[in-house]
Amino acid sequence: MDLFIQLSLTGLTNGAILALAALGFVLIYKSSDVINFAQGEFLLIGAYVIYAMIVQFGMHWTIGMVLTILIAIALGVIVERLVLRPLIGEPIISVIMVTIGLSSLLRAIVSTIWGNLPKAFPSFIPTKPVHIGPATVGADRLWAIVIAVLMLWLFNFFFKRSKEGIAMRAVADDQQAALSMGISVKKIFAWAWSIAAATAAIGGALVANIVGVSGELSGFGLRVFPVVILGGLDSIPGAIIGGIVIGLLEAYTGGYIGHGLNQVLPFIVLIIILMVRPYGLFGQEIIERV
Amino acid sequence: MISGIFHSSYEKDMALRRTHAQKIRIVLFILFILIYPFVANRYFLMLANQVGIAIIGAIGLNILVGYTGQISLGQGGFMAVGAYTAGILTAKMGMPWWGSTIVACFATAAIGALFGIPSLRLKGLYLAIATLAAQEIILWVVTHWRALTGGVDALVVPDPMLFGIRINNDFNFYWVTWTLVALVTIMTVNLFRTHYGRAFIAIRDQDIAASVMGIDLFKYKLLAFALSSFWVGLAGALIAHYRNIVTWERFTIDVSVLYLAMIIIGGLGSVTGSYFGAAFMMLLPVVLTNIGRAAKTYFPLIDSIIPFIQQATFGLAIILFLIFEPEGINKIWKNIKDYFRLWPFSY
Repeated sequence: MDLFIQLSLTGLTNGAILALAALGFVLIYKSSDVINFAQGEFLLIGAYVIYAMIVQFGMHWTIGMVLTILIAIALGVIVERLVLRPLIGEPIISVIMVTIGLSSLLRAIVSTIWGNLPKAFPSFIPTKPVHIGPATVGADRLWAIVIAVLMLWLFNFFFKRSKEGIAMRAVADDQQAALSMGISVKKIFAWAWSIAAATAAIGGALVANIVGVSGELSGFGLRVFPVVILGGLDSIPGAIIGGIVIGLLEAYTGGYIGHGLNQVLPFIVLIIILMVRPYGLFGQEIIERV
Repeated sequence: MISGIFHSSYEKDMALRRTHAQKIRIVLFILFILIYPFVANRYFLMLANQVGIAIIGAIGLNILVGYTGQISLGQGGFMAVGAYTAGILTAKMGMPWWGSTIVACFATAAIGALFGIPSLRLKGLYLAIATLAAQEIILWVVTHWRALTGGVDALVVPDPMLFGIRINNDFNFYWVTWTLVALVTIMTVNLFRTHYGRAFIAIRDQDIAASVMGIDLFKYKLLAFALSSFWVGLAGALIAHYRNIVTWERFTIDVSVLYLAMIIIGGLGSVTGSYFGAAFMMLLPVVLTNIGRAAKTYFPLIDSIIPFIQQATFGLAIILFLIFEPEGINKIWKNIKDYFRLWPFSY
């Protein structure tokens, strides 16, 4: 039973981190139908920029965080303007490939600036262990859950209440109709990319706090796929729930079965979900003859 | 000056090479391939072998992605199936290398068809994600099935023997590689003159229309996966015998991406494009390394960042090609040919 509680806690916190990485991914897909293979690299850049701000420039973490988010927003806009916009209306394979190329380019830039070695990260979120019943978990991991829930709430608010959020949903629904209602689709795409990059930066800072800064962080880019497919590619609550389900699944298989099965199980789930219910648990059901 | 290509008989229209210029070019190319190994040193022979194997893999992927329109991110995994099947059969079961290579091709075709089953319900990016999962699952099996593959340890494969000659250097292997490249090229070019190949193209262009015209989507999509994987397995088996060593690191998702980049930069849906793409992507890091070495005397620091420059150029090449020349090097090659064909009135 103790093991079960411990594993559940680990799973929940890992799931929250996965969910944070998945949020930006879903946001981009929701508004522009683009699968962003560079999401993991956005996370990586977020982690390294905040590392530079705090360690190399000696800033307080609050200022560092704000600056990191601003840089991420700028990066999102630049990427959208220079890389994605020329490919509007091109076949899916081109769009997939361009984000893959982008991920390679971003990773190279990060390695050129900061090198390849993992770096110790000065934790700005308290990391001391918290005891919940018989289980122990780092405080920063609990913060990850809090921040994931907060982000979910913020996004929900943004999409339901704010003008930009509603415009974004309109663009996702029907680009032409949105255009004729006076919504600038280009501006909305730029919005989506900058918000996604900013979310990834926050996620990156959190992950850096928990596991340290290294090139491995870009691996999140691939681990996000089972999460978003399970939750539904265009569903924000789906990203959170998918993240938590996958996080728990990884923790239980890792704890009870072992043999590294926890690395591959998410992808088996992914294939099963794709065969049975391609739009995921909460995604919009699109009926399409194949 | 030629204003167009006109045929006066069906035989001419159906010929593989239709114009004089095409025939001259192919003869020159074959002559080049035949003379090359006697002129090139060991280093350039090694490059030629790597490019040759990459061409086979790229043609395989192009059948699936370029001709049939099914996006696959599982190339690395399928290559691993080919390499490990061939490696295990040769090293542990003592099979002759050509036998294990043939078995590896069929095994890869079977696995490819198995992971092609989701393509019946999925297309576009969902299929890409499904094949990504295939890649991860295959690689996991390879690294965890210790009894068969040796897990993360390297699998050592003996040198292939052919006509009593031990094929243990680049010069000997060159003939094996490029004979197979020629074979794969001829078979693939001809495939798209049969009704199977035409069915693949029809599925790519408009799957609903294709099925209305009586093409069984289930059968032909699986067939495309199997045929594509067959060549990919051949490339994998060749890698196993060429390197004498099989490790899982050679078949990661990066390999899938590399091969997709090859066919996109070379030209989707074109065998010639696969040649261009494979050569471009295999030679790009080599050229960069050499430039880096040359520049080292002026910028001593450049040595440590060469790998990053290679990675950045790789990404940048994909992005720039997709933005400025989405049809790839093959299209540039066509433009050059057109320019000279219409010269001096090339408007």
